[in-house]
Amino acid sequence: MSLDREAVSKIAHLARIEVPESRLDGLAGELDNIINWVEQLAEVNTDNVEPMTRVGDRKMPMRDDVVTDGEKQADVTANAPVSQDGFYLVPKVVE
Amino acid sequence: MSDILDLSLAGARDAMANGQLTSLELTDAYIVAAERARDLNIYITETFDRAREGAKASDARRAKGKVGLVEGQPLAIKDLFCTEGVLTTAASHILDGFTPTYESTVTANLWRNGAVMLGKTNMDEFAMGSSNMTSYYGGVRNPWKTGNRDLVPGGSSGGSASAVSGYAAIAATGTDTGGSIRQPASFCGIVGIKPTYGRCSRWGTVAFASSLDQAGPMTRTVRDAAIMLRAMAGHDPKDATSDERAIPDFEAALTGDIRGMKIGIPREYQLDGLPEEISKLWAQGRQWLTDAGAECVDVSLPHTKYALPTYYIVAPAEASSNLARYDGVRFGLRVEGDSLDEMYAKTRAAGFGDEVQRRVLIGAYVLSAGYYDAYYIKAQKVRALIARDFDEVFGKVDAILTPTAPNAAFGMGEQMDDPIKMFLNDVFTVPASLAGIPGMSVPAGLSAEGLPLGLQILGKSFDEETVLRVGGVLEQAAGFTAKPSWLEG
Repeated sequence: MSLDREAVSKIAHLARIEVPESRLDGLAGELDNIINWVEQLAEVNTDNVEPMTRVGDRKMPMRDDVVTDGEKQADVTANAPVSQDGFYLVPKVVE
Repeated sequence: MSDILDLSLAGARDAMANGQLTSLELTDAYIVAAERARDLNIYITETFDRAREGAKASDARRAKGKVGLVEGQPLAIKDLFCTEGVLTTAASHILDGFTPTYESTVTANLWRNGAVMLGKTNMDEFAMGSSNMTSYYGGVRNPWKTGNRDLVPGGSSGGSASAVSGYAAIAATGTDTGGSIRQPASFCGIVGIKPTYGRCSRWGTVAFASSLDQAGPMTRTVRDAAIMLRAMAGHDPKDATSDERAIPDFEAALTGDIRGMKIGIPREYQLDGLPEEISKLWAQGRQWLTDAGAECVDVSLPHTKYALPTYYIVAPAEASSNLARYDGVRFGLRVEGDSLDEMYAKTRAAGFGDEVQRRVLIGAYVLSAGYYDAYYIKAQKVRALIARDFDEVFGKVDAILTPTAPNAAFGMGEQMDDPIKMFLNDVFTVPASLAGIPGMSVPAGLSAEGLPLGLQILGKSFDEETVLRVGGVLEQAAGFTAKPSWLEG
């Protein structure tokens, strides 16, 4: 599998990063190099190996399902580029 | 250089305890030194006024008999730790102006233990890099130079490494995802330890790859690292992967006695093309440990060569998910667009640098429908094999000795044209990150060009004590006293 400009354009859309047309070929080359390099993992025999989804043997800790935090609306929106009345403002999404 | 700056963190602790030194005197000495070091581009944000206030408060606490583990010590904090009321950037344009309304657990632990903050240090953007050259705020200079050639401090914790090496802080915090504490420690001739995954809380630290990220100290001595680690670590209910185990008195582990210990020398780390000076230093380290009464044995970690490609699937995948939060809505930079999607895409294009964009795109690709099993699941399986390799070896040995990096510090701007070549800087540090085990770099010698080289000690999960003990013996044997050329210039 090689990563061409069309594939890069699709991934860039998935990642919500605008990539100018003029950058697509260059980026395709860079990403394709990396993908070709990581593909050496295909030669490792991983039959009957469980994927490692956590580090160490800890069990996920559980706590009571109660509210432990809150009342911080001003803190939460303090760093928003644009906010009003305790809400984030975004470009219009509903016509 | 003033005598005050010559003190290690442990030395300053003892001098303050004896009443020979105040935190304000110590802090003022470091502020002067940090101002003099400004052309190294170490700090993104200086907080010298706050540091003086903190030092006065520390001296007042001490007068009342209240003394924390790092009481009165002026520290540099990597700009990946959220600090309440102080700009936190992760060295990214996309976090422009971000001023947290909360404090990371690691820094909160340090302040609770009496430390003073000098400022927030430069780093590779979102901790992605091995040179500090991907910072939006520009590269950091290594206090070590060869002639007039400016060198990188390594990365991603490059500002913290230069701060400690260049005497712009008595010690610093770093974070390590694939080598970001250990490789810059090696490049700058200082000590850096990445503890076991789960030792230090990740809460409030800007996330890169959550299954790998660990905070740790960067210091001038092994003893200082032991003191700092104890002050930073500890269970935190706000991080579900934070471990409940009690934190030992790491300093007490520095007995200097490694007689009878078994040290593994992994044959796969003897890479083709490894510079001879690195091989020689490694052999020297082995001899030092043998002379101290340990037994060095040949061991095999057969999946070592697959660690880097595994890392470059797992880490970008987690990064693409973690960095989805930078959307121009909740914090930082926003570039307007005609639609919500356009605003996202324009903001992220303007806010992320090239390396971050590459990694987010790789991550999105390996997680996308049709490729998830072939890349991401496959990498998680190989990661399990890498961790199993370490488990098997640690059934036979107490610790492992390796070089920290395959080369000394390189010139600013070098190695930038080939991302994979840059990745190779982390060839010896990434396997331990994938397995979650502790690793420490100790300065052990100089290259032919007169640049510092580190050796790495790896230990069993939650056995930082053995890592520190062996590191202390290495430090003693190496007697590394060379000072960076910048201090003379």
